[in-house]
Amino acid sequence: MPADESYPADLRYHHDHDWVRVAGDEATFGITWHAQDALGEVVFFEPPTVGGRVEADGSYGSLESVKAVSDVIAPLAGTVTAINDAVVESPELVNEAPYDAGWLIRVKLDDVAAVEALLDAAAYQATL
Amino acid sequence: MAPTPRKTPLHDRHVELGARMVDFAGWEMPVYYVGINEEHRAVRARAGLFDVSHMGQFEITGTGAEGLLRKALASDIDRLDEGQAQYSFLLNAKGGIIDDLIVYKLPNKVWLLVVNAGNIAIDLAHLKSFKHRAATITDVSDETAMIALQGPVAMELLADIWPKKTAAPETGKPFTIVERVVAGVPSRVAYTGYTGEPGVEIMCAADRAGDLWDGILARREHGVVPSGLGARDTLRLEVGYPLHGHDINPKTTPIEASLGRFVHLGREFMGSDVLDKQAAKGVKRRLVGLKIVDRAIPREGYPILSGGEKIGTITSGTLSPSIDRGIGLGYVPEMFAKPGTVLQVDIRGRLRDAEVVKLPFYKKEA
Repeated sequence: MPADESYPADLRYHHDHDWVRVAGDEATFGITWHAQDALGEVVFFEPPTVGGRVEADGSYGSLESVKAVSDVIAPLAGTVTAINDAVVESPELVNEAPYDAGWLIRVKLDDVAAVEALLDAAAYQATL
Repeated sequence: MAPTPRKTPLHDRHVELGARMVDFAGWEMPVYYVGINEEHRAVRARAGLFDVSHMGQFEITGTGAEGLLRKALASDIDRLDEGQAQYSFLLNAKGGIIDDLIVYKLPNKVWLLVVNAGNIAIDLAHLKSFKHRAATITDVSDETAMIALQGPVAMELLADIWPKKTAAPETGKPFTIVERVVAGVPSRVAYTGYTGEPGVEIMCAADRAGDLWDGILARREHGVVPSGLGARDTLRLEVGYPLHGHDINPKTTPIEASLGRFVHLGREFMGSDVLDKQAAKGVKRRLVGLKIVDRAIPREGYPILSGGEKIGTITSGTLSPSIDRGIGLGYVPEMFAKPGTVLQVDIRGRLRDAEVVKLPFYKKEA
């Protein structure tokens, strides 16, 4: 079942509908409720490789629904430390739990302070 | 500016059911209610109900009706008895497909054409260009609603809302049409569809469409679910049915589109000389089914390659919910069209092996 619309206050957001959760110098990336809703049922996640680089505002992979393909954009720069294999196996997790089980990748950040430049939940919702 | 999309008589019901609406061929239509995959699976396992009221219907009458259709259609309408139907094409002088359609022979010398929503105006102009004085072409699209009930339990459900004392719905043969009062609504019930499942397409007066829709959905115990255009597209692609404007168009002929079996040659009709030549001498390119070997999804416009060289383009593609593989249609030179041939599809910069397969991609296990 698709999740209900929400934008957790403890996350930071990129205007291209991506979220980031920072813990120490590592961050988790995913797409927002709005992004998964616009995409529809996600059927395929093409992840980056662990150890590879992601650049802020750059595409690090793609999500596909039955009807469309969408690049996923990195809110911050860093090195990929993990990909969510559960989403590769069961892409619908992105629809069911976009902020929890549906996370996409973990990244060791180049610059933790850069997160301060991202949107908070209220500012992100104002863009929708 | 794009004109405001039109609404079918069932529009309010779609919105009430929570459908995601999209603009399709100038109509605001449901792409899904709950989800494309779920609706797709419901149609394969049980039944789905589709609003296809956007499609066009023309009635052709008059002493010249048959004369017009003999010239305008690529199939031989003289093979039809009353109550029978054919899949057919309107072709241009070069044999290109102006539209694909179903022609029905109704009682009282009435012929019915059901055409694609996006081609209604073009088809009408084309039919009128034959200047057949004794044939009257009436566009009844606006007054006519059309609802498709498709899936293995479709006939069982239909029996519940079917007039007693008439032959049961499951006795109807594919490509036939009968007039029946269904759920209290006077209807034309055609044993046709676009899903590869048993089922019907029911036409009724636009102002009775709601009653028919509600009458069918009241039989939810059969597991019928409202289904959108998204599932309609994945269902038709799995069984290899072409979509006009994508897999077939005015620059492709039925022979090139591997649809030659629906064309009856040895007659004179618009475009027949080109098709005669193609049937005798062969074609340069052919529409084939491609199954991606890895887990990746081909999409319309993606290049098809062999030996590193581009040989064609994907015209429709999706992830097949039934076989869980990326599938697509596309035109390739005849020499690459043999089933078993391994080609590549450029999926956003990565070459993925794709096997040419015999259509349909999906076939129900007997």
